[in-house]
Amino acid sequence: MNKALAPKVESTKFDAEAIRKDFPILQREVNGRPLIYLDNGATAQKPKSVIDTIDRYYRDQNSNIHRGVHHLSQLATQAYEDARETVRLFINADHDYEVLFTRGTTDSINLVASSWGRRFLEPGDEVVISTMEHHSNIVPWQMICDERKAILKVIPIHESGELDMAAFQSLLGDRTRMVAIAHVSNSLGTINPVEDVIRMSHKHGALVLLDGAQCVPHMRVDVKALDVDFYAFSGHKIFGPTGVGILYGKEDLLNNMPPYQGGGDMIKKVTFEKTTYNTLPHKFEAGTPNIVGGIGLAAAIDYVSQFEPRALADHEQDLLDYATEKLQQIPGLKIIGTAEHKASVISFIIEGQHPFDIGTLLDQQGIAVRTGHHCTQPLMDYYHIPGTVRASFAMYNTRADVDVLVAALKRALEMLS
Amino acid sequence: MEINRLQDEIVEEFELFDQWMDKYEYIIDLGKKLPLIDSTFKDEQHLIPGCQSQVWLHAEMQEGRVNFTADSDAVITKGIIALLVRVLSGQKPEEIATSDLYFIDRIGLKEHLSPTRSNGLVSMVGQLKTIGKNLSKAH
Ligand SMILES: Cc1ncc(COP(=O)(O)O)c(C=O)c1O
Repeated sequence: MNKALAPKVESTKFDAEAIRKDFPILQREVNGRPLIYLDNGATAQKPKSVIDTIDRYYRDQNSNIHRGVHHLSQLATQAYEDARETVRLFINADHDYEVLFTRGTTDSINLVASSWGRRFLEPGDEVVISTMEHHSNIVPWQMICDERKAILKVIPIHESGELDMAAFQSLLGDRTRMVAIAHVSNSLGTINPVEDVIRMSHKHGALVLLDGAQCVPHMRVDVKALDVDFYAFSGHKIFGPTGVGILYGKEDLLNNMPPYQGGGDMIKKVTFEKTTYNTLPHKFEAGTPNIVGGIGLAAAIDYVSQFEPRALADHEQDLLDYATEKLQQIPGLKIIGTAEHKASVISFIIEGQHPFDIGTLLDQQGIAVRTGHHCTQPLMDYYHIPGTVRASFAMYNTRADVDVLVAALKRALEMLS
Repeated sequence: MEINRLQDEIVEEFELFDQWMDKYEYIIDLGKKLPLIDSTFKDEQHLIPGCQSQVWLHAEMQEGRVNFTADSDAVITKGIIALLVRVLSGQKPEEIATSDLYFIDRIGLKEHLSPTRSNGLVSMVGQLKTIGKNLSKAH
């Protein structure tokens, strides 16, 4: 499972054209045109190695885990636990039992809000999120704050889409218990200064959860170096399958949290009078998990790990710079989110045009972008817009994709004007 | 004219377009032309919220027939509304309630009336049919 983890330094030049060939779906057409997939923020495409791993699992290994003495069950259990180890290495966690399999980022955040929140949030305590959060990092906190009579506070942002760090400093107080923010914003692309956020929060005794959904596909994360308390991400955005995700949590925190859901696998002993719970990570993994999902996620991590992080980052930065420059030449186009540090995500609006119309006409030309509020309605309210058009790039995108996007956009605008 | 005759008419018109661009240019044109709804009805009460685009719908009974007007903030949605108005407005409530709107599929715009688009159109057609059903019962 972990064989590909040592970065294979191939060449400094990143060969996106070659990488495209690993992704079968990128060969298809949409509306009679070659697919140009620029909706990677919503979900990334899957390389053949991931598809094959899933296929092989169901053909050769399928069995339930942690419960059979028979050969297949051993195989499946081994593969699943190897997958956990792959994830541990990928995020540099100390222990494999600090890596919990969940259904995705949303599930991971709900787990923390619900389990940690019920035990540790007292009336009057404060949870801090930011204006740019995805609904998945807003609603679970709203729900638990309601329940626990705790107070939800929101870090404002600057027009550029960067956190107002001075305001954040003044929000921190002795009732701040949890700071939950996006590592990378899905709508704006902003890479938040999470090192500072963590340092400042810890100074006030607050924990930090990072929503890493949009970060892990683009850059390597080291949870130990960050000293982050909880880290959440989704398999499907990092070229893995849907329905699986990760919650990293520090050992002592997870040990002190009550189980999230009850059921099989998470127990040590059950009687009708009393149940004692299993140890980490199983305490938080009730029921038959998404076994193939976990194994597929590990295959995806193996896939991305073969690329040198610097080369990948340079390639995506080049795409971002090139697309920014080209898009800015379109009259009336305004980029929403102009932070200095951005992942390869560009949201924009065009004066007098509705994002839905633009998205529809781009779709007709084989281009997949996302339009709408991107599950960040409060952020759209901040900018007083109904939504944006968002092009989000992955490692297999190229400058040629940007050129097609720009040409198609010009055509759409001609039709709409 | 009856609903299916109007639908067939639209299907025939669209057969002239063999390029997606021509089709969409026509729809955009339709969307731009009409002030579809009296501005007093463009309020919260008449709003059908969609994730992508919003639709306003107003229906009223006149001499046994339902007249409806609608609008949207997106021009393509509005153009499709113009087609729906052409087919359904001025029809008898029971005919609206039982209508099968096959023309949308035939002219290759089916995806716009799929719930996944969440552009307000599906809810709008649903609401129209409900109005038709309720009004036909009332008679
Ligand atoms: C920043 C961010 N957080 C959370 C999520 C939710 O992820 P999932 O739907 O995989 O649980 C997303 C995905 O849309 C996201 O972009």
